[in-house]
Amino acid sequence: MDFKLSEEHLMVQRMVRDFAAKEVLPGIQEQDRVGGMAPFVLPRMAELGILGITMPVKYGGQGMDYISLGLVSEELEAVDTSLRVVISVHNGLSCLTLLQWGTEGQKEKFLVPLSRGEKIGCGAFTEPGAGSDFANIQATAKKEGDSYILNGEKMWISLATAADFTVATFRTDLQAEPAYRGLSTFIVDMDTPGITRGDIHGKLGVRAGSTGWINFQDVQIPSENLLGEAGEGFKITMSAFDNGRYTVAAGATGLIRASLEASKKYVDERAVSGQPLSELQLIQAKIARIALDYQAARLLYLQAGWLKNQGLRNTRETSAAKWFATEASFRAASEALQIHGAYGYSDEYPVERYLRNARGAMIYEGSSEIQSLIQAGYALEKRRDKRLRRELPAYDHETWT
Amino acid sequence: MKIIVCVKQVPDTAATMSVENGIISWGDAPLIINPWDEYAVEAALNLVADQGGDVTALCLGKEGETEAIKHALAMGADTAVMVSDPALKGLDNVSASRVLAAAIEKIGDADLVLFGQQSVDTDTGLLPVQVARVLGWPSLTLVSKFESIAADDGKIQVLRTMEEGGQVVDAPLPAVVSVTKDYAEPRYPSFMGIRKASKAEFPKWGLADLGIEAPTSSVSWPEVLEPEQKEIVTEIIPGDTPEEKAQNLVDKLIAEKVL
Repeated sequence: MDFKLSEEHLMVQRMVRDFAAKEVLPGIQEQDRVGGMAPFVLPRMAELGILGITMPVKYGGQGMDYISLGLVSEELEAVDTSLRVVISVHNGLSCLTLLQWGTEGQKEKFLVPLSRGEKIGCGAFTEPGAGSDFANIQATAKKEGDSYILNGEKMWISLATAADFTVATFRTDLQAEPAYRGLSTFIVDMDTPGITRGDIHGKLGVRAGSTGWINFQDVQIPSENLLGEAGEGFKITMSAFDNGRYTVAAGATGLIRASLEASKKYVDERAVSGQPLSELQLIQAKIARIALDYQAARLLYLQAGWLKNQGLRNTRETSAAKWFATEASFRAASEALQIHGAYGYSDEYPVERYLRNARGAMIYEGSSEIQSLIQAGYALEKRRDKRLRRELPAYDHETWT
Repeated sequence: MKIIVCVKQVPDTAATMSVENGIISWGDAPLIINPWDEYAVEAALNLVADQGGDVTALCLGKEGETEAIKHALAMGADTAVMVSDPALKGLDNVSASRVLAAAIEKIGDADLVLFGQQSVDTDTGLLPVQVARVLGWPSLTLVSKFESIAADDGKIQVLRTMEEGGQVVDAPLPAVVSVTKDYAEPRYPSFMGIRKASKAEFPKWGLADLGIEAPTSSVSWPEVLEPEQKEIVTEIIPGDTPEEKAQNLVDKLIAEKVL
């Protein structure tokens, strides 16, 4: 068992860390105050290849492995969650879903420009009335000749207003029993007539990011945009979450690290009764807990990344990593704020932003309660993975580069 | 045009340094390419992109410490050479310049040798000049811009930037140039470059390969000391208005005999 990151991994980590620290960190406090994504972020991430990092070169990607995707997520969220959300949505929900389920024609048409960063992708699954209760989404796709007609509303969609394409799931069979068998997933060009979209304002956190809604009003798309087969939408969506959640887990790990780093710096600077905070055992206990959570979260996501590299099913491990890391990141940010005292409550220090940013991840891409049910299902042997018709491809250095 | 860029690996600038029993320690922090050298690599890559040719990264260091070379390769350098030998421990600048000059001659046919302006660990900034001296080539230090370069005619014109102002300098090639931070922001390694660098094979030369004896260092570091901790008292000057605060500050400075 080798826990060491390869030289390649270390170089990827450093490159992305440098980018985030040099180009995003200096303006992030202001961007968080102003709200919305800084205009340079997506073009720059595209230019650096980050938007296609874990994708075979033949599909326009950079040919790096799944561990690299996790490391990139960790580094980006250590600066700001909004950066990692791009990875979760574009690379995770959109590109990897196309890699796993797309036909060669769909990959050529949609995946190649996405991996190159020429186009931006998002994933539209959640609705105003259905998130955790995903089997009961209401948006419909009706087959008419060689087309599908899409109607309905998707909500809490990251990059909704930035995306060129979206992977989206709709109800194609209103009578299906159980309901989840009536869902199908499509790749949709966001310029198709009948699509309107907008940003959601007033969020607690991830204010430097883009979250919105998409409305579909008699949107006609060609049937060749169906991903997988009709009725496979629930499985495709869940496999999309296996990839999105992985990046959320790795990102939350970065937020724990950022909370730890900010706290380490502060406890050396601030003195109480003539001694630095770092000498106080109650403070040490908090630091120790954050440091432990960081190690545990990191090992959990790296394990999931390793499974993905091998082409092994990782729903259980990815869910565990996501559940643990997001809860631990909220805890870490909260303790970091406590360590900073009143200063931590102001945006003069970054920890209040960490706290606000961490909270959302306990809700999106499967709430903590959903992860808890998934883990209970596996532990009680009520849930077993069935082999999917199309599994996520293993990382193969020869064919990916 | 053939360019050799000399790169050095140094402890991560974010590492916490300490001195224990006269030995400098940076804990388990990783080694990185000397940040100044990234500007030299950037310059070399731009020059060959413009004029054609190739870039060789050259590093003198401990065996196995290849972070600087790998970084230069990942940025886009074509080839690399590592020089290390157990006999080269504790080299001073003059000795290091002799070893590097021997390696530059062995690589051969260089039109230009580039350095960062200094290294962040020892901070002398002397090596580019010393290497030029050993090679008998012109030394152009603190260069922020390459005004013109003609490898065929053997001419180079550069802009040197110093605190006092700028100097446009002409010199024949081959020459040794040290590049400042004013040149241009260095690129990040590309993912493709990272993959290439992690698999790159490059020669590792010892003193026998260079055909030289271990140079004798005349400068050594018998002791290394941490900077003395200074007692700093922070005081907030009271006052209800900015004018009153300013007056109180002036009174204080006069009382302390600062003014």
